[in-house]
Amino acid sequence: MKTPIYFDNHATTPLDPRVLQAMLPYFTEKFGNAASRNHAFGWESEQAVDRARKQIADVIGANPKEIVFTSGATESDNLAIKGVAEMYAEKGNHIITPATEHKAILDTCKKLEKHGYRVTYLPLKADGLIDLDQLRDSITDKTILVSVMYANNEIGVIQPVAEIGKMCHERGVLFHTDGVQAFGKVPVNVIKDNIDMMSLTAHKIYGPKGVGALYVRRRNPRVQLTAQMDGGGHERGMRSGTLNTTGIVGFGEAAAICQREMAEESKRLSYLRDKLKDTLQRELDEVFINGTMDHRLPNNLNMSFAYVEGESLLMGINDIAVSSGSACTSATLEPSYVLKALGVGDDLAHTSIRFGLGRFNTEEEVDYVAARVIETVRKLRELSPLYEMAKEGIDLSQVAWAAEPTH
Amino acid sequence: MAYSEKVLDHYNNPRNVGSLDKSDPNVGTGMVGAPECGDVMKLQLKVNQSTGIIEDAKFKTFGCGSAIASSSLATEWLKGKTVDEALAIKNTEIVNELSLPPVKIHCSVLAEDAIKAAIGDYKKKQASRQTA
Repeated sequence: MKTPIYFDNHATTPLDPRVLQAMLPYFTEKFGNAASRNHAFGWESEQAVDRARKQIADVIGANPKEIVFTSGATESDNLAIKGVAEMYAEKGNHIITPATEHKAILDTCKKLEKHGYRVTYLPLKADGLIDLDQLRDSITDKTILVSVMYANNEIGVIQPVAEIGKMCHERGVLFHTDGVQAFGKVPVNVIKDNIDMMSLTAHKIYGPKGVGALYVRRRNPRVQLTAQMDGGGHERGMRSGTLNTTGIVGFGEAAAICQREMAEESKRLSYLRDKLKDTLQRELDEVFINGTMDHRLPNNLNMSFAYVEGESLLMGINDIAVSSGSACTSATLEPSYVLKALGVGDDLAHTSIRFGLGRFNTEEEVDYVAARVIETVRKLRELSPLYEMAKEGIDLSQVAWAAEPTH
Repeated sequence: MAYSEKVLDHYNNPRNVGSLDKSDPNVGTGMVGAPECGDVMKLQLKVNQSTGIIEDAKFKTFGCGSAIASSSLATEWLKGKTVDEALAIKNTEIVNELSLPPVKIHCSVLAEDAIKAAIGDYKKKQASRQTA
């Protein structure tokens, strides 16, 4: 077993060597521009792109023509939301999205608010699931778009996407989902799930960085988007720019591998994840799971280790790559807004760790990670005045803390 | 973020971890920060009544590595100082000693606050003993 160990597969994944093999010829000898219609170099690249388009479409039950290639999911999210907002501006100006979305959604919505759009940010239930009644009540005749991520990147909770989509369609509202974490990990079908647009990316499924896609439904309803990138009219006019053939080939191959191996991989990862969870729960007191375990990605575990600050825990397990919801590890110096939206207190958000397992993790690694976390949490609790107080029976919520109010 | 050697050393081998008897009139206890903010420091010192010198100091900290290192260093510095000398410890000295980056300066501020709070508590106890 080699260290450091990578347990941060929600952030990105290593490239599968099989994907690299598929990509290699497209760096050098097969370099044509897929938009070159009048010579063999162009045809060769176009063929490769079309093959990848089908490989990706097949994973989500879509038609290859409905796949629009982009530079990644952030661009896909921008294209979906801004593209719909602009195209359907005459129909309405209202967008609904949960407060726990990725920043690519939230920041895009905030930008639109400055241009006269109205956005409703839905809170989530304590288990991380959307409240369908609340969503229903939020839809007005001005609503043009609902955007709800398929599975959350921090807590891995999978939303009732089919029901959300159904509700949207009944009210004539378009439904977009950020499918980055779910794509290739759990079965997705855009028809059964009533999805109109779905953002995808290659680098979360063992493909290369810098390539993504937006699924855009062509019928029932036919979704129209205002392009956000003007140029040669590539990708049915929705996204101009020479296609990243090499990246797209890798994306397609990565998608095909996921589709072939999903059932087996998902079983293996949920076994490893559950072993990690069970070991930590057995060996440590006062640990809390964030988000429901009932509707969750097989590779995600998000846990709070009460009385142990997240960054100090990461420091103790410095040969393991994981993420924390602690303020100290975020750029904004605020604890995780996702956990906050679930009603997890700031005190517990500061102690949260996200474990993201992946294709190349082994059971030996899981055992090692569990042992290291247990050892470090115990050590840091010896150092923690809060753990001491809790053990003395003091109710920490009743203590008058001498903190600077601006802190 | 990369940590300085000294922060790593204090994190890996924290000095003077533990608790002193809160009810001892010669012990001052300072507790600063809040769990919601992600850091809480408890710092205690014990003053020798015949010499006026701090003869023991202990800490427990909930917080990031820099917060742990700042309070660990503070306890090291407190020992052997008089109360007045201890009051003169500035957070900037902690920043320099540990090479804390700007984003971690609040850890050193918290450590200075903890020292002041512990001495304040000690002085209050002494005053109430004298008036009793």
